[in-house]
Amino acid sequence: MQKIASFLYATRLHLSLVLVLVLGGMASAAHAQESPYIVAYDHYLEEPGNLELEYFSTFGTQRGGNDYHAFWGEIEYGATAWWTTELYVDGQTTFNDSTIFTGFRFENRIRPLQREHFINPILYFEYEQISGADKILKEDEGHDVEADYAVPNALARREHNHELEFKLLLSKTFKGWNIAENTLAAKNLTGGNPWEFGYAIGASRPLALKASAKRCSFCRENFVAGVEMYGGLGDRHSFGLHDTSHYVAPVVAWNLPSDWTLRVSPGFGLNDNSHRFLLRWGVSREFSGFGDMIARLFGRQKP
Amino acid sequence: MTTIQAAAIRIISAGMFLALAVSPICAQTESAKLKKDDGSVYDELAKAPKKAAARRNPLENDPEAVEAGANLFTLHCAECHGATAEGGRKAPSLRADPVRRATPGTLFWILTNGVVRRGMPVWSKLPEPQRWQIVSYLKSLPSAEASN
Repeated sequence: MQKIASFLYATRLHLSLVLVLVLGGMASAAHAQESPYIVAYDHYLEEPGNLELEYFSTFGTQRGGNDYHAFWGEIEYGATAWWTTELYVDGQTTFNDSTIFTGFRFENRIRPLQREHFINPILYFEYEQISGADKILKEDEGHDVEADYAVPNALARREHNHELEFKLLLSKTFKGWNIAENTLAAKNLTGGNPWEFGYAIGASRPLALKASAKRCSFCRENFVAGVEMYGGLGDRHSFGLHDTSHYVAPVVAWNLPSDWTLRVSPGFGLNDNSHRFLLRWGVSREFSGFGDMIARLFGRQKP
Repeated sequence: MTTIQAAAIRIISAGMFLALAVSPICAQTESAKLKKDDGSVYDELAKAPKKAAARRNPLENDPEAVEAGANLFTLHCAECHGATAEGGRKAPSLRADPVRRATPGTLFWILTNGVVRRGMPVWSKLPEPQRWQIVSYLKSLPSAEASN
């Protein structure tokens, strides 16, 4: 009975995400030129007025517990050319346990400099309200280790976290290569938790730099491949690599001319504190003119 | 949870929903500002450094560059600049004289750096050859008067 309830709950969550994608279809589609990273960020923001809807899945192996499938939806909006705002909704299914909603995150990325520089900084602010059962591993921070995720959902979901997260995103693109480095500092507002730290780095490149004269789905320029690495750096009281987990993950994105982007990334734990294997994939679609559509809803005339 | 923590969480939540509500308005305000200042939009072209403006288009003799650039323009630029670069509510015409007079290097510099405060994002995420293909396409366009 519990399995049926879990299945129905998961189905409802997935249907909601599909519904959001369909609603987004009311705006016109825009061709995506997305980076392949799933954890790391480069310095490119959403184009102003564009809305991007994304769905991601993470399958994770778990020693000393049940494997899991964590999933999240993202609504990303380009408020201006220097400000992107984003809302995440997280959930997870732990096999032989249950499917639960695990919380939401709200992030903002701000570009402080007007032009391109040798290295381009982006300021990142996030507020998250998630339960202890959240397993999307969108970032790795502090002393997060695999054993933390082995707790049964019924127990883990009792822990409520209100967390502030700050990141400095540094990125550069040179001769087609993008190199990104993110430094993270997070503070859980519940309890007396110390500041925690983490990192993510990534490098990627399109398979071809010139565009073909004809539009095509399988042209090499539509594929971007790379690798990302991320992990925790301890906390204010015990900064460093001990009791932290780290991952390396090849990443591939396929930017389709039909406005969809698909991403796949098998991740591998680098030490005994890490999950052995994480398989991530995601699908996203970008819609241009969403801001205009909202403005028209509130009475602005078409130009 | 202490009173201060609870208050902080309430303030953050309120700020979050306010930001979500305000963000579409910000985008609209920026595009309206652009419309108002339309005459000075092309001033940005003069800001290209001399070295950047002097760069030559390495694809100027590539027979496929214009066609590929046209495709890229449709995918990434037409939403704001119009399907045939005639300009739109958000962004100016790219067939106007100041753009036609601009060197390929200047156009490449604008594409690379964007005009962020006026709402044009940086396009350095497109590889250099693709940005030059877009420049080739822009340079192939007839003037607004000629196409009329």
